[in-house]
Amino acid sequence: MIWCAAVLPNTNTNSMNRWFSCFLFNIVTPAHIVRLYDRFEALDKEKTGHLRPQDFGAINRLAMNPIGDRIIGAFFSPGQETVDFHSFVRILAHFRPADKKRPKDPSMPEPVNSRTSKLKFAFQLYDQDKDGKISRAELLQVLRSMLEMQVTEEQLESIADRTIQEADLDKDDAISFEEFRKSLEKVNIDHKMSIRFLR
Amino acid sequence: MNHTPGFKILSQSSEMLTLFGSHFLYVSRTLSLVSLCSPTVVELNHSLTSVIPESALLIIIGWILGGIIYGADKMQTFTLTPTVFFFYLLPQVILDAGYFMPNKLFFSNMGAILVYAVIGTCWNAATVGLGLWGCWLGGAMGDIDIGLLQFLLFGSLIAAVDPVAVIAVFEEVHVNEVLFIMVFGESLLNDGVTVVLFNVFDAFVSLGGAEIDAVEIIKGIISFFVVAFGGSLVGIIFALLISLLTRCTKNIQIIEPGFIFILGYLSYLTAEMLSLSAILSIVFCGICCQKYINANMDERSVTTVRYVMKVLANGSETIIFVFLGISAIDPAVWVWNTGFILLTLLFIFVFRFIGVFLLTWILNKYRLVPLEFIDQVVMSYGGLRGAVAYGLVAMLDENKFKEKNLMVSTTLIVVYFTVMLQGITMKPLVTWLKVKRAAVTELTLAEKIQNRTFDHMLVAIEDISGQIGHNYMRDKWHNFEERWLCWFLMKPSARKSRDYIFNIFHQLNLKDAMSYVKEGERRGSLAFVRNETKADVDFNKKFRASFSEIMPDIMADNMGPDHVPLSSILQDIVPSVCLDMHEQDLTMRESEDFNAHHLLQQHLYRGRKQHRHRYSRSHLETNRDENEVQEIFQRTMRSRLESFKSAKMGVAPAKKIQTKHQKKDKPQKMPNGNSSDKSKNHPYGDKGTCSLLFTSLLGHQPPVVCIIIQSHSKAISRICLILENRLD
Repeated sequence: MIWCAAVLPNTNTNSMNRWFSCFLFNIVTPAHIVRLYDRFEALDKEKTGHLRPQDFGAINRLAMNPIGDRIIGAFFSPGQETVDFHSFVRILAHFRPADKKRPKDPSMPEPVNSRTSKLKFAFQLYDQDKDGKISRAELLQVLRSMLEMQVTEEQLESIADRTIQEADLDKDDAISFEEFRKSLEKVNIDHKMSIRFLR
Repeated sequence: MNHTPGFKILSQSSEMLTLFGSHFLYVSRTLSLVSLCSPTVVELNHSLTSVIPESALLIIIGWILGGIIYGADKMQTFTLTPTVFFFYLLPQVILDAGYFMPNKLFFSNMGAILVYAVIGTCWNAATVGLGLWGCWLGGAMGDIDIGLLQFLLFGSLIAAVDPVAVIAVFEEVHVNEVLFIMVFGESLLNDGVTVVLFNVFDAFVSLGGAEIDAVEIIKGIISFFVVAFGGSLVGIIFALLISLLTRCTKNIQIIEPGFIFILGYLSYLTAEMLSLSAILSIVFCGICCQKYINANMDERSVTTVRYVMKVLANGSETIIFVFLGISAIDPAVWVWNTGFILLTLLFIFVFRFIGVFLLTWILNKYRLVPLEFIDQVVMSYGGLRGAVAYGLVAMLDENKFKEKNLMVSTTLIVVYFTVMLQGITMKPLVTWLKVKRAAVTELTLAEKIQNRTFDHMLVAIEDISGQIGHNYMRDKWHNFEERWLCWFLMKPSARKSRDYIFNIFHQLNLKDAMSYVKEGERRGSLAFVRNETKADVDFNKKFRASFSEIMPDIMADNMGPDHVPLSSILQDIVPSVCLDMHEQDLTMRESEDFNAHHLLQQHLYRGRKQHRHRYSRSHLETNRDENEVQEIFQRTMRSRLESFKSAKMGVAPAKKIQTKHQKKDKPQKMPNGNSSDKSKNHPYGDKGTCSLLFTSLLGHQPPVVCIIIQSHSKAISRICLILENRLD
């Protein structure tokens, strides 16, 4: 923690407490933090200490990603225009491999990289209006961005309908988080949503 | 090792001269013979070649031809001599492999490839050699005049996976690109090891068993490093030379292609002359120079080089396989020893599997994306031996190796076994395995969509977090390359046109222009082009003119590993969506059983990890995923522009002007009329806002655009216009 204060500027007790929550579950190591800070600084060209959507837009490759803009949006909390370093790390910490040996303690808050948290992150990519459900329109939006242009509207709607049909258990024509989680219970989320920050 | 380089050079050059003289007639007869059978190969039915790989068919043709010749002459006049093979037939194939190598893929998997190439080949050589020796001691082979060292030598030459055979078989079996590059890269790089082992054991055999001590073994290990790195260095030096040359040939473009081939071949010969690994040299020459020469050379030269390279490589490969067949029909060579032959076959097969699985198990601990079981099976099964082994074995000295004929026979049988049997059964095996795996897990639609979302998500997060460690080196290399190498090796005009985003932008423009003309022709008259859009036509011309000096070489596609002139891409790729849509509607209405799964499979954008780079001997294709990238880029820019406009201008997004493919009705605004007015009054016409536009869209100002904005003030409004036209 003290080390943290030495390396990162603008670290006060408030942010130290926030770091503590990350460290507590050993999600990000100090080496990761240094690495990510370098990256943060590289993205933050005007050295304001915050990132704006344009800074993310500078990453050319994201423009080639069908859900690139959504991912950028996920970094920004609703109503916020900027991302500070802590939030940056927090979002990226979702992608750390989950610690399988952690005892399930209901009194502690769910760590950021657990299976549930990862699924929540994925859910929020779909659920742009944050009402807790993926409506048909939202699903259509995502599908449209991920399918080639030659797919017709009718085909898109058909796929969306069938997907909702498969996953929707309470027949409200929308997918709630629980239904979402249930539909993916066989998928190895940890494998699919983890990257390495260091090599 | 006791080479005296000077003597060797002299002897080799004199050999080359006599070779040239006396073999000229021989070679020309050979070539005419083979050219007779090439048409038959060409006419072969595609359904036949999808079952039996071309290489196997060629060997069979070789047998037939050999039989005819033997029947006529009562002796085999045509055999694949090592000299012809190593100096006339192999270099083209390897140069082709190096020139078309997908560099990014190759270098990012370099670690794994090296492990397989070096450690894997050494393992194969050692185990096969020792295994055979053990069995010989045990008496399984009867009475043959052979020793441990000779077994090791034989093991080392039979252990090497052959690039020619690998390409020939993998062409039919479509495997994922990582797997392909592993086997292919391994087959190219293991030459370094093979050459060293071969020479080391050859020298040991000459010395005799008693003289070998630790010093000799250490010398052998050092020679490996010298040969491998020296060969690569020679290749890189020649690549630099070629790049520099093409930089200076602006006025003599007609001879540019010739240079590539001559210098490529020269790198091969130079390495051979210095007793270094010639294959490594020519591979690295091709790999390192591709980017620069494609940027520097005129488009027509690039096309010429590509096609000639394919022609030569295809021709050589055909000749090699036919000769492999012909060489078999020669009773003078055949010695049959059941134990030796069967044990060799068994050992190379079994030890290849063991080696690959062992190494993969170790590698998977360090790899981000582990190699799966099915990949490992394909990799082991795909370890084909080919002509290189035969060439090496034919080079053995009969006096030192009493059992040379036995080894030759065994090598031939091994080659036939791997190329024909394994080649034919590879595809069914893969299909069977895939089917087996697919049947176990039947994914729901939600899972499929979500899996793809995860892929895209991971790629995006990797880009945001700027993966380093392994990529740290890559970034550093990139910076170095951008600053120094490109300045040194690329023409100034080529350098300017390198901006990636600008290239995409330009290609989208060209695509639009092409579809516009196609639409005009479809509607049946030039009148379409002439009156309705007179302003547009002028506009386009002017637009091109003001950009012409900045992008003279943009026609050469700088985007991907496959550099194909744009005109040929565009001819094929511009879709006439109107018709397709109608067809799809019809089928949909007809069949109630609409297969959403199939649709997803076909049309989901593939994540970057799954893009396919097809290396093919006979097809020059572009990476079809560039189309995808362009579509995605276009959409993203469109949505960003809309949000930019609504944020900054407080206006609702403009009505849709004629978009790329989807609208066939007349544009709601005259493309030039209203909008140009708009550009005068609208802040868009302003220089500052235009750059702001770019900055918000792309996050940075592409350097070329800066130049444009500064020097062509009239063109600014046109750029904004294009952007609007395109992105609305």
